[in-house]
Amino acid sequence: MDPTPIIEVRDLTHTYSAGTPFEHTAIEHINLAFRPGELVGIIGHTGSGKSTLIQHLNGLLKPTSGKVLFQGEDIWKDKKFTHSIRGRVGLVFQYPEYQLFEETCWKDIAFGPKNQGVTGDELDARVRRAAGFVGISEDLLEKSPFDLSGGQKRRVAIAGVIAMEPDVLILDEPTAGLDAAGRDSILENIKAYQQAQNAAVIMVSHSMEEVADLCSRLVVMNHGAVAMDDTPAGVFTRADELTEMGLSVPQVTSVFARLRAMGVNVPPDVYTVRYAVARLLERKEGRSC
Amino acid sequence: MLKDITLGQYFPGKTVVHRLDPRTKLLLLIVYIVALFLAKSWYSYALVLAFLTGVTLLGKIPFKAMTKGLKPMLIFIIFTALLNLFYTKGGTLLVDWWIFEIWSDGVRTAFFMVLRIMMLICGTFLLTYTTSPIALTDALERLLSPLKKIHVPVHELAMMMSIALRFIPTLIEETDKIISAQKARGADFETGSIIRRAKALIPILVPLFVSAFRRADELATAMECRCYHGGDGRTRLKVLRYAGIDLLAFLVGAALLAGVIVLRRFGL
Repeated sequence: MDPTPIIEVRDLTHTYSAGTPFEHTAIEHINLAFRPGELVGIIGHTGSGKSTLIQHLNGLLKPTSGKVLFQGEDIWKDKKFTHSIRGRVGLVFQYPEYQLFEETCWKDIAFGPKNQGVTGDELDARVRRAAGFVGISEDLLEKSPFDLSGGQKRRVAIAGVIAMEPDVLILDEPTAGLDAAGRDSILENIKAYQQAQNAAVIMVSHSMEEVADLCSRLVVMNHGAVAMDDTPAGVFTRADELTEMGLSVPQVTSVFARLRAMGVNVPPDVYTVRYAVARLLERKEGRSC
Repeated sequence: MLKDITLGQYFPGKTVVHRLDPRTKLLLLIVYIVALFLAKSWYSYALVLAFLTGVTLLGKIPFKAMTKGLKPMLIFIIFTALLNLFYTKGGTLLVDWWIFEIWSDGVRTAFFMVLRIMMLICGTFLLTYTTSPIALTDALERLLSPLKKIHVPVHELAMMMSIALRFIPTLIEETDKIISAQKARGADFETGSIIRRAKALIPILVPLFVSAFRRADELATAMECRCYHGGDGRTRLKVLRYAGIDLLAFLVGAALLAGVIVLRRFGL
């Protein structure tokens, strides 16, 4: 893993409506660094500051105090740089399919790279590459995005951000409201992009199973601060603290914790079904020998 | 930024003005406007202004909220003042320079006109500051209900109005979200020629319209699922009833109107 962070926040604080009676501090003194090739999950209950944090990373919100650094440079150093950051740090909002507007999928996916100044063959290549990552076939590109199914619309919307080929891809609940099959395939698409580009991917999610399965690192937010920043195994062994924050652990983790409480000798760091099956099979074979 | 357009928004409260029946307030506003347009002299304007100040104090509406409401109308007010100042002739000639002539009557008319517009706006804001939109639509529906006899769809109109009011904050929030999302894709709304900026609005307007239609559709389905079938035989959760203070308010309103008419009669 590349040790130099691609994006970093230092002592970041954001206060909404400062100086009015509605003043509200959403995040306070946050320090985080993300490296290329990392797949980070951000979890935390509603109102813990996740959305505020991610909107700072591409310069949509300006910090009240503190800094956001992209490759070591302050993204607010001048207006042009802030604008160019939006192409380097791609942000996919919640329910991105509601932001589609063009006549054809091709045009909609091309909107982002076009704003960056990409034209001609390069533009077409980018659109087709992005569509490939999210599994949108060539014949759909000429269709109106409004004729597609919900899952397909979301893919097109994600492709619209991927087409900018950002070094950091941030997704706010990319699987909300999708069925199991749609969820799995979108997560695979995200992973494929991360591996192909060696991008840093940051994903906000409410599903513990999802982040446990996909991410190499988890950031837990609570009351506008970072409560934990660890590997999934490290985070999910602190189940009691998570419950106190109104979060949970993956179902398989709670099953195994219960088994341990009953006196069965199973490992404590189980957080994916795949891992649990492997460990149980190991035990079974060990016994039969 | 967009949240600032919610001008004249209801300030919840429990003062006498808040507790008045919305129908009373609506009718009083009409009386107030009539009185304002009948006022011709310093005395009658003072009387109407006293009424306005009194109600503002009773309703505990901050003075700042009133002046904030006047701000967007500033250009209109200045324009009216200038027109009246230069185009009214009569009295003594005060200024005569090049093509400009200012007469004493012009100054007087301009002053009263500005005062009238400002008081008109303040009075209307007083109603919306102290009455929730729902109560206001209810009042409107009740006051207009005699028109049902000539087949005016009063209930439907009132329902449309409450739905429109209900969705203003929702749509503002939605617009903010869409703007952020398109900005994240590198859209630029701040630089370029007017045509470029107008074109930059397309990525905001299309999704906004699509979602407004989708919401309308969903709402219609939800209403039908709950057997909504228009106003016939529909009862209300909150039935409007006039109380003692409403009678008092009507008396004050009548006194105001009578005062202005009497003053006008005596040419004061």
